[in-house]
Amino acid sequence: MTSERVIAGMATSDGGGAGERFRSVYLDHAATTPVRREVAEAMAHYMLTDYGNASSVHSFGRRAAEATEEARARVADLMGARPEEVVFMSGGTEADNMSIRGSLAAYSDRGRHVVTTKIEHHAVLHTCEELEKEGLAEVTYLPVDRTATVDPDDVAKAIRPDTVLVSVMFANNEVGTIQPIMEIGRTCREKGVLFHTDAVQAFGAVPFSVDEMGIDLMSVSSHKLYGPKGVGALYVRKGRRIRPLIHGGGHERKRRAGTSNVPGVVGFGLAAELARKEMDDRVRRLTALRDRLIDGLLGRVEFSHLNGHPTRRLPNNVNVSFEFVEGESILLSLDKKGIAASSGSACTSGSLEPSHVLLAMGIPPEVAHGSVRMTLGTQNTDEDVDYVLEVLPGVIERLRAMSPLHAKAVAERAREAAGRPGERCESGPVTPGAR
Amino acid sequence: MYNEKVMEHFENPRNVGEIAEADGVGQVGNPVCGDIMRISIKVKDDRIQDIKFKTFGCGAAIATSSMVTELVKGKTLDEALAISNRTVADALGGLPPVKMHCSNLAADALHLAIDDYRRRHGQGDGTDASVKDKVAAGSDEDKCPGCCGKIGRAVAEGPRPAE
Repeated sequence: MTSERVIAGMATSDGGGAGERFRSVYLDHAATTPVRREVAEAMAHYMLTDYGNASSVHSFGRRAAEATEEARARVADLMGARPEEVVFMSGGTEADNMSIRGSLAAYSDRGRHVVTTKIEHHAVLHTCEELEKEGLAEVTYLPVDRTATVDPDDVAKAIRPDTVLVSVMFANNEVGTIQPIMEIGRTCREKGVLFHTDAVQAFGAVPFSVDEMGIDLMSVSSHKLYGPKGVGALYVRKGRRIRPLIHGGGHERKRRAGTSNVPGVVGFGLAAELARKEMDDRVRRLTALRDRLIDGLLGRVEFSHLNGHPTRRLPNNVNVSFEFVEGESILLSLDKKGIAASSGSACTSGSLEPSHVLLAMGIPPEVAHGSVRMTLGTQNTDEDVDYVLEVLPGVIERLRAMSPLHAKAVAERAREAAGRPGERCESGPVTPGAR
Repeated sequence: MYNEKVMEHFENPRNVGEIAEADGVGQVGNPVCGDIMRISIKVKDDRIQDIKFKTFGCGAAIATSSMVTELVKGKTLDEALAISNRTVADALGGLPPVKMHCSNLAADALHLAIDDYRRRHGQGDGTDASVKDKVAAGSDEDKCPGCCGKIGRAVAEGPRPAE
Protein backbone atom coordinates (compact mmCIF):
# COMPACT_ATOMS: atom_id res chain seq x y z
CA MET A 1 0.00 0.00 0.00
CA THR A 2 1.12 3.49 -0.71
CA SER A 3 0.73 4.52 2.90
CA GLU A 4 3.47 2.05 3.75
CA ARG A 5 5.72 3.23 0.98
CA VAL A 6 7.09 6.08 2.99
CA ILE A 7 10.70 6.39 1.98
CA ALA A 8 13.61 8.41 3.17
CA GLY A 9 13.77 11.58 1.13
CA MET A 10 16.83 13.13 -0.43
CA ALA A 11 18.29 15.91 1.60
CA THR A 12 17.62 19.24 -0.04
CA SER A 13 19.20 22.47 0.98
CA ASP A 14 15.82 24.09 1.54
CA GLY A 15 14.30 21.00 3.04
CA GLY A 16 14.55 19.37 6.38
CA GLY A 17 17.99 17.86 5.92
CA ALA A 18 19.18 14.30 5.71
CA GLY A 19 16.54 12.91 8.02
CA GLU A 20 13.60 14.30 6.05
CA ARG A 21 11.00 11.71 5.18
CA PHE A 22 8.19 12.08 2.75
CA ARG A 23 5.58 9.95 1.09
CA SER A 24 6.05 8.39 -2.28
CA VAL A 25 2.85 8.95 -4.23
CA TYR A 26 2.53 7.58 -7.73
CA LEU A 27 -0.11 9.53 -9.65
CA ASP A 28 0.69 8.56 -13.23
CA HIS A 29 -1.50 5.50 -13.72
CA ALA A 30 -2.60 6.74 -17.14
CA ALA A 31 1.03 6.32 -18.22
CA THR A 32 1.31 2.87 -16.73
CA THR A 33 0.30 0.87 -13.68
CA PRO A 34 2.20 -1.42 -11.34
CA VAL A 35 1.70 -5.12 -12.08
CA ARG A 36 -0.43 -6.84 -9.46
CA ARG A 37 1.57 -9.34 -7.44
CA GLU A 38 -0.69 -12.27 -8.27
CA VAL A 39 -0.43 -11.30 -11.95
CA ALA A 40 3.38 -11.29 -11.85
CA GLU A 41 3.35 -14.65 -10.08
CA ALA A 42 1.00 -16.17 -12.63
CA MET A 43 3.28 -14.92 -15.40
CA ALA A 44 6.38 -16.33 -13.77
CA HIS A 45 4.90 -19.82 -14.00
CA TYR A 46 4.73 -19.51 -17.79
CA MET A 47 8.32 -18.36 -17.97
CA LEU A 48 9.85 -20.83 -15.53
CA THR A 49 7.73 -23.97 -15.70
CA ASP A 50 5.20 -24.09 -18.52
CA TYR A 51 7.40 -22.21 -20.95
CA GLY A 52 6.30 -24.05 -24.10
CA ASN A 53 5.41 -22.46 -27.42
CA ALA A 54 1.64 -22.34 -27.62
CA SER A 55 1.82 -23.58 -31.22
CA SER A 56 3.68 -26.78 -30.30
CA VAL A 57 2.01 -30.18 -30.24
CA HIS A 58 3.66 -31.51 -27.08
CA SER A 59 2.35 -31.15 -23.53
CA PHE A 60 4.45 -28.03 -22.82
CA GLY A 61 2.89 -26.38 -25.83
CA ARG A 62 -0.60 -27.58 -25.01
CA ARG A 63 -0.44 -26.17 -21.50
CA ALA A 64 0.73 -22.83 -22.88
CA ALA A 65 -2.07 -22.88 -25.45
CA GLU A 66 -4.67 -23.68 -22.80
CA ALA A 67 -3.47 -20.80 -20.65
CA THR A 68 -3.62 -18.48 -23.66
CA GLU A 69 -7.19 -19.46 -24.41
CA GLU A 70 -8.22 -19.04 -20.79
CA ALA A 71 -6.72 -15.56 -20.86
CA ARG A 72 -8.55 -14.80 -24.10
CA ALA A 73 -11.83 -15.75 -22.49
CA ARG A 74 -11.10 -13.49 -19.51
CA VAL A 75 -10.26 -10.50 -21.69
CA ALA A 76 -13.35 -11.17 -23.82
CA ASP A 77 -15.45 -11.29 -20.66
CA LEU A 78 -14.36 -7.84 -19.60
CA MET A 79 -15.25 -6.56 -23.09
CA GLY A 80 -18.59 -8.31 -23.21
CA ALA A 81 -17.29 -10.11 -26.28
CA ARG A 82 -16.68 -13.69 -27.48
CA PRO A 83 -13.19 -15.15 -27.10
CA GLU A 84 -12.71 -15.66 -30.85
CA GLU A 85 -13.15 -11.90 -31.32
CA VAL A 86 -10.03 -11.12 -29.28
CA VAL A 87 -6.70 -10.88 -31.10
CA PHE A 88 -3.65 -10.60 -28.86
CA MET A 89 -0.81 -8.35 -29.96
CA SER A 90 1.94 -6.13 -28.56
CA GLY A 91 -0.21 -3.36 -27.14
CA GLY A 92 -2.59 -0.52 -27.75
CA THR A 93 -0.42 1.17 -30.35
CA GLU A 94 -0.31 -1.91 -32.56
CA ALA A 95 -4.05 -2.40 -32.10
CA ASP A 96 -4.71 1.19 -33.23
CA ASN A 97 -2.41 0.78 -36.23
CA MET A 98 -4.03 -2.47 -37.25
CA SER A 99 -7.60 -1.20 -36.80
CA ILE A 100 -7.14 1.66 -39.18
CA ARG A 101 -4.72 0.28 -41.71
CA GLY A 102 -6.17 -3.23 -41.58
CA SER A 103 -9.78 -2.20 -42.07
CA LEU A 104 -8.98 0.25 -44.88
CA ALA A 105 -7.10 -2.54 -46.67
CA ALA A 106 -9.90 -5.07 -46.12
CA TYR A 107 -12.66 -2.71 -47.26
CA SER A 108 -10.87 -0.81 -50.02
CA ASP A 109 -13.88 -1.50 -52.27
CA ARG A 110 -15.97 0.81 -50.06
CA GLY A 111 -13.62 3.77 -50.23
CA ARG A 112 -10.79 5.20 -48.15
CA HIS A 113 -12.36 7.86 -45.98
CA VAL A 114 -11.79 7.82 -42.22
CA VAL A 115 -13.50 9.98 -39.60
CA THR A 116 -11.59 10.57 -36.39
CA THR A 117 -11.05 13.37 -33.88
CA LYS A 118 -8.39 15.92 -33.06
CA ILE A 119 -7.86 14.52 -29.57
CA GLU A 120 -6.95 10.93 -30.41
CA HIS A 121 -3.80 9.32 -29.12
CA HIS A 122 -0.86 9.69 -31.48
CA ALA A 123 -1.13 5.97 -32.27
CA VAL A 124 -4.32 6.87 -34.15
CA LEU A 125 -3.41 10.38 -35.35
CA HIS A 126 0.02 9.50 -36.71
CA THR A 127 -1.32 6.35 -38.37
CA CYS A 128 -3.96 8.47 -40.11
CA GLU A 129 -1.39 11.04 -41.16
CA GLU A 130 0.89 8.35 -42.51
CA LEU A 131 -1.95 6.74 -44.50
CA GLU A 132 -2.79 10.17 -45.94
CA LYS A 133 0.84 10.58 -47.03
CA GLU A 134 0.80 7.16 -48.59
CA GLY A 135 -2.35 8.13 -50.51
CA LEU A 136 -4.30 5.33 -48.83
CA ALA A 137 -6.70 7.42 -46.79
CA GLU A 138 -8.62 10.66 -46.65
CA VAL A 139 -9.18 11.67 -43.06
CA THR A 140 -11.63 14.04 -41.38
CA TYR A 141 -10.46 15.22 -37.95
CA LEU A 142 -13.46 16.28 -35.89
CA PRO A 143 -13.25 19.09 -33.34
CA VAL A 144 -14.24 18.77 -29.71
CA ASP A 145 -15.90 21.17 -27.31
CA ARG A 146 -14.39 22.80 -24.25
CA THR A 147 -14.78 19.58 -22.24
CA ALA A 148 -13.07 17.50 -24.96
CA THR A 149 -16.38 15.89 -25.94
CA VAL A 150 -17.12 14.95 -29.55
CA ASP A 151 -20.59 15.78 -30.84
CA PRO A 152 -22.23 12.62 -32.26
CA ASP A 153 -24.03 14.85 -34.79
CA ASP A 154 -20.64 15.94 -36.11
CA VAL A 155 -19.77 12.27 -36.60
CA ALA A 156 -23.02 11.67 -38.49
CA LYS A 157 -22.44 14.72 -40.72
CA ALA A 158 -18.87 13.72 -41.49
CA ILE A 159 -19.75 10.23 -42.75
CA ARG A 160 -19.70 10.06 -46.57
CA PRO A 161 -20.61 7.30 -49.02
CA ASP A 162 -16.92 6.36 -49.20
CA THR A 163 -16.37 6.33 -45.43
CA VAL A 164 -14.94 3.03 -44.27
CA LEU A 165 -14.20 3.70 -40.63
CA VAL A 166 -15.01 5.98 -37.74
CA SER A 167 -12.37 6.00 -34.99
CA VAL A 168 -13.24 7.82 -31.77
CA MET A 169 -11.46 7.12 -28.52
CA PHE A 170 -13.50 5.80 -25.60
CA ALA A 171 -11.90 8.09 -23.03
CA ASN A 172 -9.16 10.63 -23.48
CA ASN A 173 -5.79 9.78 -21.99
CA GLU A 174 -4.95 13.33 -20.96
CA VAL A 175 -8.14 14.87 -19.66
CA GLY A 176 -10.17 11.71 -19.05
CA THR A 177 -13.32 12.80 -20.89
CA ILE A 178 -15.54 9.84 -21.77
CA GLN A 179 -17.06 10.14 -25.24
CA PRO A 180 -20.73 9.47 -26.13
CA ILE A 181 -19.72 6.05 -27.45
CA MET A 182 -23.23 4.59 -27.48
CA GLU A 183 -24.56 7.38 -29.72
CA ILE A 184 -21.56 7.26 -32.03
CA GLY A 185 -21.84 3.47 -32.26
CA ARG A 186 -25.51 3.75 -33.17
CA THR A 187 -24.76 6.34 -35.85
CA CYS A 188 -22.08 4.13 -37.39
CA ARG A 189 -24.42 1.14 -37.39
CA GLU A 190 -27.16 3.16 -39.11
CA LYS A 191 -24.76 4.47 -41.73
CA GLY A 192 -23.14 1.09 -42.27
CA VAL A 193 -19.57 2.08 -41.43
CA LEU A 194 -17.11 0.38 -39.11
CA PHE A 195 -16.66 1.84 -35.65
CA HIS A 196 -13.28 1.60 -33.95
CA THR A 197 -12.60 2.90 -30.47
CA ASP A 198 -9.27 3.26 -28.71
CA ALA A 199 -10.28 2.08 -25.26
CA VAL A 200 -6.77 1.84 -23.85
CA GLN A 201 -7.54 4.18 -20.94
CA ALA A 202 -11.10 3.06 -20.31
CA PHE A 203 -10.70 -0.72 -20.47
CA GLY A 204 -10.77 -2.04 -16.93
CA ALA A 205 -11.69 1.39 -15.60
CA VAL A 206 -15.37 1.45 -16.55
CA PRO A 207 -17.87 -1.32 -17.47
CA PHE A 208 -17.96 -2.39 -21.11
CA SER A 209 -20.31 -3.99 -23.55
CA VAL A 210 -19.12 -3.98 -27.14
CA ASP A 211 -22.53 -5.13 -28.34
CA GLU A 212 -24.55 -2.44 -26.60
CA MET A 213 -22.04 0.17 -27.64
CA GLY A 214 -22.04 -0.85 -31.28
CA ILE A 215 -18.29 -1.28 -31.37
CA ASP A 216 -16.72 -3.17 -34.30
CA LEU A 217 -13.06 -2.74 -33.42
CA MET A 218 -11.51 -1.85 -30.09
CA SER A 219 -7.91 -1.37 -28.94
CA VAL A 220 -6.97 -2.31 -25.39
CA SER A 221 -3.74 -2.61 -23.47
CA SER A 222 -2.69 -4.69 -20.49
CA HIS A 223 -0.34 -2.33 -18.68
CA LYS A 224 -3.04 0.23 -17.98
CA LEU A 225 -4.99 -2.24 -15.83
CA TYR A 226 -2.26 -3.63 -13.58
CA GLY A 227 -1.06 -6.16 -16.15
CA PRO A 228 2.34 -6.39 -17.87
CA LYS A 229 3.65 -4.09 -20.59
CA GLY A 230 4.12 -5.34 -24.14
CA VAL A 231 0.74 -7.01 -24.52
CA GLY A 232 -2.61 -5.76 -25.65
CA ALA A 233 -5.50 -6.84 -27.82
CA LEU A 234 -7.72 -5.83 -30.66
CA TYR A 235 -11.37 -6.72 -30.48
CA VAL A 236 -12.68 -7.58 -33.95
CA ARG A 237 -16.43 -8.14 -34.17
CA LYS A 238 -17.34 -11.46 -35.72
CA GLY A 239 -17.93 -11.04 -39.44
CA ARG A 240 -15.79 -7.90 -39.75
CA ARG A 241 -12.76 -8.34 -41.97
CA ILE A 242 -9.32 -7.03 -41.20
CA ARG A 243 -5.99 -7.37 -42.98
CA PRO A 244 -3.02 -8.29 -40.78
CA LEU A 245 -0.13 -5.87 -40.29
CA ILE A 246 2.39 -8.52 -39.32
CA HIS A 247 2.93 -11.52 -41.54
CA GLY A 248 4.46 -14.87 -40.65
CA GLY A 249 2.97 -17.92 -38.99
CA GLY A 250 -0.73 -18.54 -38.61
CA HIS A 251 -1.00 -17.35 -35.03
CA GLU A 252 -4.11 -15.65 -33.67
CA ARG A 253 -6.31 -17.15 -36.41
CA LYS A 254 -3.98 -15.72 -39.06
CA ARG A 255 -4.64 -12.19 -37.88
CA ARG A 256 -1.41 -11.54 -36.00
CA ALA A 257 1.71 -13.58 -36.73
CA GLY A 258 4.39 -14.14 -34.11
CA THR A 259 4.90 -16.60 -31.28
CA SER A 260 2.32 -15.99 -28.59
CA ASN A 261 3.59 -13.95 -25.67
CA VAL A 262 2.21 -16.54 -23.27
CA PRO A 263 3.38 -15.00 -19.98
CA GLY A 264 2.19 -11.57 -21.11
CA VAL A 265 -1.17 -12.85 -22.29
CA VAL A 266 -1.68 -14.85 -19.08
CA GLY A 267 -0.88 -11.75 -17.04
CA PHE A 268 -3.26 -9.65 -19.13
CA GLY A 269 -6.00 -12.25 -18.71
CA LEU A 270 -5.66 -12.34 -14.95
CA ALA A 271 -5.49 -8.55 -14.74
CA ALA A 272 -8.70 -8.34 -16.78
CA GLU A 273 -10.37 -10.89 -14.52
CA LEU A 274 -9.39 -8.90 -11.43
CA ALA A 275 -10.63 -5.69 -13.04
CA ARG A 276 -13.99 -7.30 -13.77
CA LYS A 277 -14.39 -8.60 -10.22
CA GLU A 278 -13.25 -5.38 -8.57
CA MET A 279 -14.86 -2.98 -11.02
CA ASP A 280 -17.59 -1.54 -8.82
CA ASP A 281 -15.29 -1.13 -5.87
CA ARG A 282 -12.54 0.51 -7.95
CA VAL A 283 -14.93 2.92 -9.64
CA ARG A 284 -16.44 3.96 -6.33
CA ARG A 285 -13.12 4.39 -4.51
CA LEU A 286 -11.30 6.17 -7.33
CA THR A 287 -14.19 8.50 -8.11
CA ALA A 288 -14.30 9.61 -4.48
CA LEU A 289 -10.53 10.21 -4.38
CA ARG A 290 -10.65 11.99 -7.73
CA ASP A 291 -13.39 14.39 -6.73
CA ARG A 292 -11.77 15.13 -3.41
CA LEU A 293 -8.49 15.91 -5.16
CA ILE A 294 -10.17 18.11 -7.79
CA ASP A 295 -12.28 20.03 -5.30
CA GLY A 296 -9.35 20.38 -2.92
CA LEU A 297 -7.04 21.78 -5.57
CA LEU A 298 -9.54 24.17 -7.13
CA GLY A 299 -10.52 25.34 -3.67
CA ARG A 300 -6.98 25.87 -2.43
CA VAL A 301 -5.30 27.37 -5.50
CA GLU A 302 -6.65 30.46 -7.20
CA PHE A 303 -6.35 30.80 -10.98
CA SER A 304 -6.72 27.03 -11.40
CA HIS A 305 -9.12 25.21 -13.71
CA LEU A 306 -10.24 21.66 -14.24
CA ASN A 307 -9.53 20.39 -17.74
CA GLY A 308 -11.99 17.92 -19.23
CA HIS A 309 -15.57 17.09 -18.38
CA PRO A 310 -16.55 17.57 -14.72
CA THR A 311 -18.54 14.35 -14.47
CA ARG A 312 -18.23 12.34 -17.68
CA ARG A 313 -14.59 11.54 -17.01
CA LEU A 314 -12.51 8.52 -16.07
CA PRO A 315 -12.80 7.70 -12.36
CA ASN A 316 -9.06 8.15 -11.89
CA ASN A 317 -8.31 11.27 -13.94
CA VAL A 318 -7.50 14.69 -12.52
CA ASN A 319 -6.20 17.32 -14.94
CA VAL A 320 -5.83 20.85 -13.66
CA SER A 321 -4.24 23.93 -15.24
CA PHE A 322 -2.49 26.36 -12.94
CA GLU A 323 -2.16 29.71 -14.64
CA PHE A 324 1.13 31.65 -14.73
CA VAL A 325 3.31 28.60 -14.09
CA GLU A 326 4.77 26.00 -16.37
CA GLY A 327 4.09 22.27 -16.11
CA GLU A 328 7.61 20.91 -16.11
CA SER A 329 8.55 23.16 -13.21
CA ILE A 330 5.57 21.82 -11.31
CA LEU A 331 6.48 18.20 -12.08
CA LEU A 332 10.10 18.68 -11.00
CA SER A 333 8.96 20.29 -7.77
CA LEU A 334 6.42 17.54 -7.08
CA ASP A 335 8.96 14.85 -7.86
CA LYS A 336 11.24 16.32 -5.22
CA LYS A 337 8.41 15.75 -2.75
CA GLY A 338 7.87 12.19 -3.92
CA ILE A 339 4.83 12.86 -6.10
CA ALA A 340 4.86 11.48 -9.65
CA ALA A 341 2.55 13.24 -12.11
CA SER A 342 2.59 14.35 -15.76
CA SER A 343 1.83 17.48 -17.76
CA GLY A 344 0.64 18.68 -21.13
CA SER A 345 3.25 21.41 -21.36
CA ALA A 346 5.54 21.57 -24.37
CA CYS A 347 8.55 20.77 -22.24
CA THR A 348 7.08 17.50 -21.12
CA SER A 349 5.33 16.49 -24.32
CA GLY A 350 8.68 16.16 -26.04
CA SER A 351 7.67 18.68 -28.66
CA LEU A 352 7.65 22.44 -28.89
CA GLU A 353 3.95 22.84 -28.50
CA PRO A 354 1.68 22.04 -25.61
CA SER A 355 -0.69 19.09 -25.70
CA HIS A 356 -2.73 18.77 -28.91
CA VAL A 357 -5.67 17.69 -26.75
CA LEU A 358 -5.71 20.84 -24.62
CA LEU A 359 -5.27 23.05 -27.69
CA ALA A 360 -8.12 21.24 -29.49
CA MET A 361 -10.33 21.98 -26.47
CA GLY A 362 -9.66 25.67 -27.05
CA ILE A 363 -7.49 26.11 -24.00
CA PRO A 364 -4.98 28.93 -24.62
CA PRO A 365 -1.40 27.66 -25.01
CA GLU A 366 -0.19 29.58 -21.96
CA VAL A 367 -2.80 27.85 -19.81
CA ALA A 368 -2.08 24.48 -21.40
CA HIS A 369 1.58 24.92 -20.40
CA GLY A 370 0.49 24.95 -16.78
CA SER A 371 -1.49 21.72 -16.87
CA VAL A 372 -0.84 18.86 -14.51
CA ARG A 373 -2.34 15.41 -14.92
CA MET A 374 -2.67 13.23 -11.86
CA THR A 375 -4.10 9.78 -12.48
CA LEU A 376 -5.03 7.73 -9.46
CA GLY A 377 -4.67 3.99 -9.01
CA THR A 378 -5.98 1.25 -6.79
CA GLN A 379 -3.09 1.66 -4.37
CA ASN A 380 -3.71 5.34 -3.72
CA THR A 381 -5.30 6.30 -0.44
CA ASP A 382 -7.02 9.23 1.20
CA GLU A 383 -3.70 10.03 2.84
CA ASP A 384 -2.09 10.32 -0.59
CA VAL A 385 -4.72 12.86 -1.62
CA ASP A 386 -4.19 14.74 1.65
CA TYR A 387 -0.47 14.82 0.98
CA VAL A 388 -0.91 16.21 -2.55
CA LEU A 389 -3.34 18.82 -1.24
CA GLU A 390 -0.76 19.78 1.34
CA VAL A 391 2.20 19.95 -1.06
CA LEU A 392 0.84 21.21 -4.37
CA PRO A 393 -0.49 24.63 -3.36
CA GLY A 394 2.93 25.48 -1.93
CA VAL A 395 4.65 24.37 -5.13
CA ILE A 396 2.38 26.59 -7.20
CA GLU A 397 2.85 29.48 -4.81
CA ARG A 398 6.64 29.21 -4.98
CA LEU A 399 6.65 29.13 -8.78
CA ARG A 400 4.15 31.97 -9.05
CA ALA A 401 6.32 34.10 -6.81
CA MET A 402 8.94 33.71 -9.55
CA SER A 403 6.55 34.27 -12.44
CA PRO A 404 6.29 37.69 -14.08
CA LEU A 405 2.81 36.77 -15.30
CA HIS A 406 1.37 36.24 -11.88
CA ALA A 407 2.27 39.67 -10.52
CA LYS A 408 0.78 41.23 -13.62
CA ALA A 409 -2.49 39.30 -13.28
CA VAL A 410 -2.81 40.15 -9.61
CA ALA A 411 -2.19 43.82 -10.36
CA GLU A 412 -4.77 43.73 -13.15
CA ARG A 413 -7.30 42.18 -10.87
CA ALA A 414 -6.67 44.83 -8.26
CA ARG A 415 -7.17 47.53 -10.89
CA GLU A 416 -10.39 45.91 -12.03
CA ALA A 417 -11.61 45.64 -8.48
CA ALA A 418 -10.91 49.34 -8.12
CA GLY A 419 -13.14 49.94 -11.12
CA ARG A 420 -10.35 50.87 -13.47
CA PRO A 421 -10.06 48.10 -16.01
CA GLY A 422 -6.41 47.71 -16.85
CA GLU A 423 -4.73 46.79 -20.05
CA ARG A 424 -5.70 43.22 -20.93
CA CYS A 425 -3.28 40.52 -21.82
CA GLU A 426 -3.57 39.92 -25.56
CA SER A 427 -4.55 36.31 -25.21
CA GLY A 428 -6.12 36.51 -21.81
CA PRO A 429 -6.55 33.17 -20.10
CA VAL A 430 -10.05 31.79 -20.25
CA THR A 431 -11.59 29.47 -17.74
CA PRO A 432 -11.68 26.01 -19.24
CA GLY A 433 -14.04 23.30 -18.10
CA ALA A 434 -15.58 25.34 -15.35
CA ARG A 435 -17.18 23.13 -12.76
CA MET B 1 17.27 14.86 -17.33
CA TYR B 2 18.92 17.83 -15.60
CA ASN B 3 22.26 17.70 -13.83
CA GLU B 4 22.61 18.46 -10.13
CA LYS B 5 23.74 22.02 -10.66
CA VAL B 6 20.72 22.86 -12.78
CA MET B 7 18.43 21.28 -10.20
CA GLU B 8 20.18 23.14 -7.43
CA HIS B 9 19.55 26.48 -9.17
CA PHE B 10 15.98 25.44 -9.92
CA GLU B 11 15.29 24.64 -6.30
CA ASN B 12 17.20 27.53 -4.79
CA PRO B 13 17.14 30.24 -7.41
CA ARG B 14 19.30 33.29 -6.70
CA ASN B 15 18.06 36.86 -6.98
CA VAL B 16 14.38 36.24 -7.57
CA GLY B 17 12.21 39.31 -7.74
CA GLU B 18 11.89 42.67 -9.34
CA ILE B 19 13.91 45.75 -8.45
CA ALA B 20 11.47 48.45 -7.43
CA GLU B 21 13.29 51.34 -9.05
CA ALA B 22 15.24 49.55 -11.68
CA ASP B 23 17.64 51.32 -14.01
CA GLY B 24 16.93 48.87 -16.78
CA VAL B 25 14.45 46.10 -17.52
CA GLY B 26 14.58 43.44 -20.22
CA GLN B 27 12.09 40.77 -21.06
CA VAL B 28 12.20 37.95 -23.60
CA GLY B 29 9.92 35.09 -24.44
CA ASN B 30 6.24 34.59 -24.90
CA PRO B 31 3.63 32.86 -22.78
CA VAL B 32 2.49 30.91 -25.81
CA CYS B 33 5.93 29.31 -26.04
CA GLY B 34 5.94 28.63 -22.35
CA ASP B 35 8.89 30.80 -21.38
CA ILE B 36 9.14 34.42 -20.25
CA MET B 37 12.20 35.87 -18.57
CA ARG B 38 12.28 39.33 -17.10
CA ILE B 39 15.43 40.84 -15.68
CA SER B 40 15.76 44.14 -13.86
CA ILE B 41 19.07 45.79 -13.00
CA LYS B 42 20.40 48.54 -10.80
CA VAL B 43 23.54 50.15 -12.22
CA LYS B 44 26.20 52.13 -10.37
CA ASP B 45 29.49 53.34 -11.85
CA ASP B 46 28.85 51.30 -14.97
CA ARG B 47 28.60 48.15 -12.88
CA ILE B 48 25.61 45.91 -12.17
CA GLN B 49 25.07 46.67 -8.54
CA ASP B 50 21.92 44.62 -8.19
CA ILE B 51 19.99 42.27 -10.47
CA LYS B 52 16.77 40.34 -10.07
CA PHE B 53 14.77 38.02 -12.30
CA LYS B 54 11.26 36.74 -12.69
CA THR B 55 10.67 33.77 -14.93
CA PHE B 56 7.71 31.78 -16.17
CA GLY B 57 9.04 28.56 -17.60
CA CYS B 58 10.48 25.12 -17.20
CA GLY B 59 13.30 23.99 -14.94
CA ALA B 60 15.96 25.10 -17.42
CA ALA B 61 14.37 28.51 -17.82
CA ILE B 62 14.46 29.11 -14.09
CA ALA B 63 17.96 27.72 -13.62
CA THR B 64 19.46 29.78 -16.45
CA SER B 65 17.80 32.92 -15.14
CA SER B 66 19.23 32.30 -11.71
CA MET B 67 22.68 31.56 -13.10
CA VAL B 68 22.87 34.65 -15.28
CA THR B 69 22.10 36.89 -12.32
CA GLU B 70 24.84 35.23 -10.34
CA LEU B 71 27.34 35.50 -13.20
CA VAL B 72 26.96 39.23 -13.77
CA LYS B 73 26.32 40.70 -10.35
CA GLY B 74 29.11 43.25 -9.74
CA LYS B 75 30.37 43.03 -13.34
CA THR B 76 30.74 46.01 -15.66
CA LEU B 77 28.11 46.42 -18.33
CA ASP B 78 30.55 45.49 -21.06
CA GLU B 79 31.57 42.36 -19.20
CA ALA B 80 27.90 41.48 -18.78
CA LEU B 81 27.26 42.01 -22.47
CA ALA B 82 30.00 39.53 -23.28
CA ILE B 83 28.04 36.78 -21.55
CA SER B 84 26.01 34.70 -23.97
CA ASN B 85 23.30 32.14 -23.53
CA ARG B 86 25.97 29.56 -24.22
CA THR B 87 28.11 30.90 -21.36
CA VAL B 88 25.16 30.52 -19.02
CA ALA B 89 24.49 26.94 -20.10
CA ASP B 90 28.17 26.08 -19.70
CA ALA B 91 28.24 27.59 -16.23
CA LEU B 92 25.40 25.24 -15.33
CA GLY B 93 27.42 22.29 -16.57
CA GLY B 94 25.28 21.91 -19.68
CA LEU B 95 21.61 21.59 -20.51
CA PRO B 96 19.69 18.88 -22.38
CA PRO B 97 19.99 19.68 -26.14
CA VAL B 98 16.30 20.48 -26.58
CA LYS B 99 16.51 23.08 -23.83
CA MET B 100 19.35 24.95 -25.53
CA HIS B 101 16.83 26.27 -28.01
CA CYS B 102 13.75 27.00 -25.96
CA SER B 103 14.64 27.84 -22.46
CA ASN B 104 18.07 29.34 -22.57
CA LEU B 105 17.32 33.01 -23.11
CA ALA B 106 18.37 34.56 -19.84
CA ALA B 107 21.42 36.32 -21.32
CA ASP B 108 19.17 37.86 -23.97
CA ALA B 109 16.94 39.28 -21.23
CA LEU B 110 20.02 40.65 -19.47
CA HIS B 111 21.30 42.30 -22.66
CA LEU B 112 17.91 43.91 -23.19
CA ALA B 113 17.98 45.24 -19.64
CA ILE B 114 21.41 46.80 -20.25
CA ASP B 115 20.17 48.20 -23.52
CA ASP B 116 17.20 49.68 -21.70
CA TYR B 117 19.48 51.23 -19.09
CA ARG B 118 21.72 52.83 -21.69
CA ARG B 119 18.80 54.21 -23.61
CA ARG B 120 17.28 55.71 -20.49
CA HIS B 121 20.56 57.27 -19.51
CA GLY B 122 21.09 59.07 -22.72
CA GLN B 123 23.61 56.67 -24.06
CA GLY B 124 21.50 56.52 -27.18
CA ASP B 125 19.31 53.87 -28.64
CA GLY B 126 22.09 52.58 -30.81
CA THR B 127 24.58 51.55 -28.17
CA ASP B 128 23.65 48.00 -28.54
CA ALA B 129 20.91 47.92 -31.11
CA SER B 130 22.40 44.70 -32.34
CA VAL B 131 21.33 43.05 -29.12
CA LYS B 132 17.74 43.91 -29.71
CA ASP B 133 17.90 42.83 -33.31
CA LYS B 134 19.49 39.59 -32.33
CA VAL B 135 16.94 38.90 -29.68
CA ALA B 136 14.02 39.92 -31.84
CA ALA B 137 15.16 37.67 -34.66
CA GLY B 138 16.29 34.85 -32.44
CA SER B 139 20.01 34.40 -32.69
CA ASP B 140 21.24 31.58 -34.89
CA GLU B 141 22.75 29.90 -31.92
CA ASP B 142 19.54 29.85 -29.98
CA LYS B 143 16.95 29.68 -32.67
CA CYS B 144 13.71 28.12 -31.61
CA PRO B 145 12.57 26.17 -34.68
CA GLY B 146 9.09 25.58 -33.32
CA CYS B 147 7.91 29.04 -32.60
CA CYS B 148 10.28 31.75 -33.90
CA GLY B 149 8.80 31.82 -37.34
CA LYS B 150 5.20 31.61 -36.26
CA ILE B 151 4.78 33.95 -33.39
CA GLY B 152 8.09 35.62 -32.78
CA ARG B 153 9.40 34.20 -29.58
CA ALA B 154 11.21 37.22 -28.25
CA VAL B 155 9.28 40.25 -27.17
CA ALA B 156 11.45 43.23 -26.51
CA GLU B 157 9.76 45.53 -24.08
CA GLY B 158 10.15 49.22 -24.51
CA PRO B 159 11.28 51.57 -21.76
CA ARG B 160 8.82 51.70 -18.96
CA PRO B 161 8.86 53.89 -15.90
CA ALA B 162 9.97 52.12 -12.81
CA GLU B 163 6.95 51.26 -10.71
